[in-house]
This record gives sequence, structure tokens and C-alpha cells, in this order.
Amino acid sequence: MAEKYIARSTEIAARMLGGEMMIMSAQDSTFFTLNEVATVIWQAADGCTPLSEIVRGKICQEFEVDAEQAQRGAERFVDELSQHGILLVSERPLIDSSDPEIS
Amino acid sequence: MSVMPTAVAAESVSVEIGGIGLALHVQDSSFRRMVENRYSGFVASSQAPQCEFDIELYDAGEPVPADDQLEVKLEAGEWLLRRGDFRARWNPRTMRGHIRQSCNPYAIDSVLRIVHSLILAQRGGFLVHAASVIRGGKAFIFSGVSGAGKTTISRLAPADAAFLSDEVSYVRRDGNQYFACGTPFAGELARAGENQCAPLSDLFFLEKGPRNSIEPIAPTDAIQRLMRNILFFANDPELVKLVFQFACEFASVVPMHRLVFVPDERVWDIIC
Repeated sequence: MAEKYIARSTEIAARMLGGEMMIMSAQDSTFFTLNEVATVIWQAADGCTPLSEIVRGKICQEFEVDAEQAQRGAERFVDELSQHGILLVSERPLIDSSDPEIS
Repeated sequence: MSVMPTAVAAESVSVEIGGIGLALHVQDSSFRRMVENRYSGFVASSQAPQCEFDIELYDAGEPVPADDQLEVKLEAGEWLLRRGDFRARWNPRTMRGHIRQSCNPYAIDSVLRIVHSLILAQRGGFLVHAASVIRGGKAFIFSGVSGAGKTTISRLAPADAAFLSDEVSYVRRDGNQYFACGTPFAGELARAGENQCAPLSDLFFLEKGPRNSIEPIAPTDAIQRLMRNILFFANDPELVKLVFQFACEFASVVPMHRLVFVPDERVWDIIC
């Protein structure tokens, strides 16, 4: 399967509140609240780290989950957010990605 | 001889909502009277409005475009507002604008709502689908979709409460404090609010239920509900980001709760 590179869109507003990451699409106003695992993926979405490496290096390390299961969950999460334009996905590194304001 | 300022003032009417005065310059005296009557509690004597509009009325016989969908967009530094019955532009830098509309109250009402929402968005405030009242020097906002009970909770308010709105509440930020202000934008009660402001104490999300109770709400849930009820007229990503940021800041200052209530006046015993 082809590798995936993910980057945060600049067309979003995001904020961490009470330990949860809230993300709102500035395009269609869709609102997401991310759990801890999703937040780790979101924060690691720098456009140049492969998704599989994020899963292996962060998710499996921090949450002690099976790599295959974690990869499937991460793929689903990435697909959902990419459908709303919140995450940008590519088979090549997204070198032009830039950080949205996260506080 | 120079034109005297009083001659200009005679063709203007200033409407002040939330402490922000909008001067409307229009030659048609019947239109001015309509504005003065419709916004009677909000007509200001202030000689220094913060915002000015020239209004051009078009002939009632002029055909109105069939597409009456509202469009609000930022173009070359000016907000353009367009619907079947009006076209307006407003420059947020100079605070001046122009409205071309048919001679109906709904067009100017919509323009006022939109312009106030844009001005508030520059200042950390917003208009929200909500009822609001002042009691004991404190303001309370009751937010919810249609049918949630905004008009009901307003109707049940004690006699010593000042009614601000049963439809669109005005939230203004001043430093690190929020104020709720009355609006003339009427809902089902068909009644304009009182032109008063007070420090905002709490915001409640209304839910009709079998008992009266104030329930906690998770911060993320509260912000999501608040964002759903904030009036957005412009499909502008930068504005969405800004309002989201303001909603988060609002949530860090103003307590928000769920208010489950049965429709009788005893609910006010647990509010304040």
C-alpha cells in the first residue's frame, strides 16, 4: 500500500481545550473534537512524516496498541478529516504545509 | 453659502445598538419615519455615529431579482451584501457604506444585523440566536434553535427583568468582560428589546424537559453549540476562524450550562 503523508490545512481553526482538541473547518463549518489518539496524529501531521511512522513512533509507543489495528484506525481518521478538507493527504511529502494557529 | 450641518442631520436617522451608532442618510422622509418607528427605542441623538450609510431607494416598480439568496463576501477590502431586495457595500476601515434597497423594512433590518455582526467580529463579540434578559444588574442569555424555548423563557421572566431580545442577542466584549445588550430584532414576541446593556453572568443552552435543572456541559460541547447559534452571514474562512477564536475566549470567561426546564415561571427561581 502506498505511503501517506498528512498535513494540517490552513483553512481550519483549532484549539486545545480541557485536554481535547477542537477543530473547525473554515470552509464548511464542520466541527470535530479529537480524542487523545487523534490529537497525537493531528499534531504530528507535519506533511513530511509518513503516517505509518506516526503510528509506529507515536501511537503504538504512547498508547500500547497493536500496530496493524492502530494503522487501520489512523487511516480511517485521516480519510474522514481529509473529506472535509481538514487534513491534506498525499503519497509524497507535502513540503509546503504550514501550521494553523494552535493554542 | 455653505451647507449647514443641520441640513445633513435632517436627512439622517441614527440607530444605536450595543453602543454602536449607525447613521442612515436617506432623502425619503417616509422611509426615515419608518426607521424611526421600527427602531424607536434605539434611535440615537448621538452626533458621532461610528458607522455611516447612504441609502438609495429604488422604485417599487423596479423588478426584483428572482434569486433572493443572501450573499455576503469580502472583496477588495469592502464587504458586499446582496439579496433580492438590497445591495449594499461597507468598508470596515472607513466605516462607511452604501445601501440600495427597496422601500421595505426587512432589507434595512437585514443590513443592520449583518453589519453589526461584522463590526462585532472585529471586536470579539457576536450576535447569537438567543433570548436575553437583565435581572439584578446581570445579563443572562438563553440560546437554542427554533422551538428550544427562547420565546417561552422570555415570556416567563419576572416582572423586574428587563427584556433584551427573544431572538437575536447582542454580545459585546469590553476588555476581559462581556456584556449583553438589547436589540430591536424581534422574534415571535414581535417586541423589540429594551435598549440596555449589562455584564453577562451566564449563558444557558435551552432544553425543554420534565423538571427544572441546571446541568453542566463539557467546554467543547458548549463551544460547538455556541458556534451553531452564532449568526454567520459571510462565507468567509478568515471570519470563521476569528469567530471560533472569540467563541473559545468567551467560553473561558462566561459560564455556560444546559438549562432543562418545564415551561412555568418557577424556572426563574434556579436562574437567579
